[in-house]
Amino acid sequence: MEYILIIIGAIFVNNVILAQFLGICPFLGVSSRVSTSLGMGAAVIFVMTIASLAAYLIQNFILVPLGIEFMQTIVFILVIAALVQMVEIIIKKISPLLYQALGVFLPLITTNCAVLGVAILLIQKRLILLESLTYSIASGLGFMVAMVLFAGIRERLDLEDVPAAFKGTPIALISAGILAMAFMGFSGLV
Amino acid sequence: MKNFEIFTKGIIKQNPVFVLLLGMCPTLGTTTSAVNGLGMGVATMFVLTMSNIVISLIKNVVPGKVRIPAYIVVIASFVTVLQLVMEAYVPDLYSTLGVFIPLIVVNCIILGRAESFASKNNVFSSVMDGAGIGLGFALSLTLLGAVREILGAYSLFGYKFADTDGILIFVLAPGAFIALGYLLVLFNKYKATLK
Amino acid sequence: MESSLKNMILSLFVITLAGACAVGAIYMLTKDPIETAKKEKVSTAIGKVVPEFTNDPSEGKLTEEQEGGNVVVYTAMNGDEVVGYAIETYTNNGFSGDIKLMVGFLPDGTIYNIEVLEQNETPGLGSKMKDPDNKLRVSFEGKNPADLNMKVMKEGGDIDALTASTISSKAYVEAVQRAYDKFLTIVK
Repeated sequence: MEYILIIIGAIFVNNVILAQFLGICPFLGVSSRVSTSLGMGAAVIFVMTIASLAAYLIQNFILVPLGIEFMQTIVFILVIAALVQMVEIIIKKISPLLYQALGVFLPLITTNCAVLGVAILLIQKRLILLESLTYSIASGLGFMVAMVLFAGIRERLDLEDVPAAFKGTPIALISAGILAMAFMGFSGLV
Repeated sequence: MKNFEIFTKGIIKQNPVFVLLLGMCPTLGTTTSAVNGLGMGVATMFVLTMSNIVISLIKNVVPGKVRIPAYIVVIASFVTVLQLVMEAYVPDLYSTLGVFIPLIVVNCIILGRAESFASKNNVFSSVMDGAGIGLGFALSLTLLGAVREILGAYSLFGYKFADTDGILIFVLAPGAFIALGYLLVLFNKYKATLK
Repeated sequence: MESSLKNMILSLFVITLAGACAVGAIYMLTKDPIETAKKEKVSTAIGKVVPEFTNDPSEGKLTEEQEGGNVVVYTAMNGDEVVGYAIETYTNNGFSGDIKLMVGFLPDGTIYNIEVLEQNETPGLGSKMKDPDNKLRVSFEGKNPADLNMKVMKEGGDIDALTASTISSKAYVEAVQRAYDKFLTIVK
């Protein structure tokens, strides 16, 4: 039951993008097509899960025993940067097509605050290992859900006649606001 | 004169938030009030200026292939210093800004300036660049925070000017997106009149 | 500089070492101020939640470690007479994470005042529990939990919840209940 609450909470109620404002850059940058946002979402879920697992282990078995929790930010970002490099190399080998589609955005996962943000949050929330994994996978799913939904909206927006000053990012932000409002409705769930 | 231009370009011409559209996460996430926006802006400005200084100093001794990890270490060190100092002297602001303080590490503006400016220019220009872009960021966040606070809580910098609750949605998540969207529209309109 | 393996490893090592040393030094320098800031926060909160006292409540505090956090009892004395108990309490069930409160009881169990020590609730909604005249604090002030139905009104209780923040309000009530349970064990 507790795990179901964590999952629903992370995907809908405290959606990483729409409620916690983590990972806005890829959200606005990559979400113009549904297919690319699916790929980006999948990459983020993957990286986020491994990164959170690594963060959990490092925090509890290295930083806390040594009493150097204050080094958290430096250590986490280095580990995530290394992980992203690895994922990039693997995807390049396995699926050149996906690599082409995600192009410049894969290295950007390093500076995707959602990955580091979730890693820090799960330490702050003092979750245990299994909860941490559940939380990070669900957060990644939430990221993907928001990306894909938003890409669907933007594909349609492209066909509409938007006033010049609203074109591009402004109308995207306002649509995102309306989407966030819809997601607020989920807060009754928990 | 040239250095002065480097400093001022970040405020309007290359404003990180309204023109370059960078650093959106803290922009949306911390601007629930003008004070919070200002705090976040100044914190980012500090890290940006300091990391620009160090990176322009070490640019010639870092091998090209490992420059990004090296820059990240520099930035992360300054962020940790900032975290410790804020926890000691402004604990309330530190806890309000929460996770967004460590997340300054991944703010695209900082790595972006390191890569595109500090790694190619001398120390003094880099300071000007960092301080200018940082100031542009701080001003933008304060502006967005002020707009959201005025509409959402009927107050500004904590001083309430009406005795009711305000349009709550502007303090909540959707209001962040909508307020920034409309500010961008105004900014675009303004730019259009300049042409 | 040339990107040979030796150069790359050496330069990264030096930069990381320098960064770690700088951070370590700042950590040493800020350690005491951080401690002081934390203590000050607690003592300011104690000062607000119990009537005037003359002793240092931090001396002789009683800490009970529970599964989800700590409950700490600070006893406020004016001369030899106990004027109140400030009890630091917590809940893990806030809308976004833990909430820590300082609840002040008079010796007869009446709640004198409540201060929020830590919360991460939604700004503008749950975060109103920090405001001086929020409905939650007012619902408890000057009342004895023994006479109160410690539930939010939505669930048939006596506590007025914050607008649109039932989860935060329920968590707040839970934390106060935890403090009261602790209070009952000390006065007995």
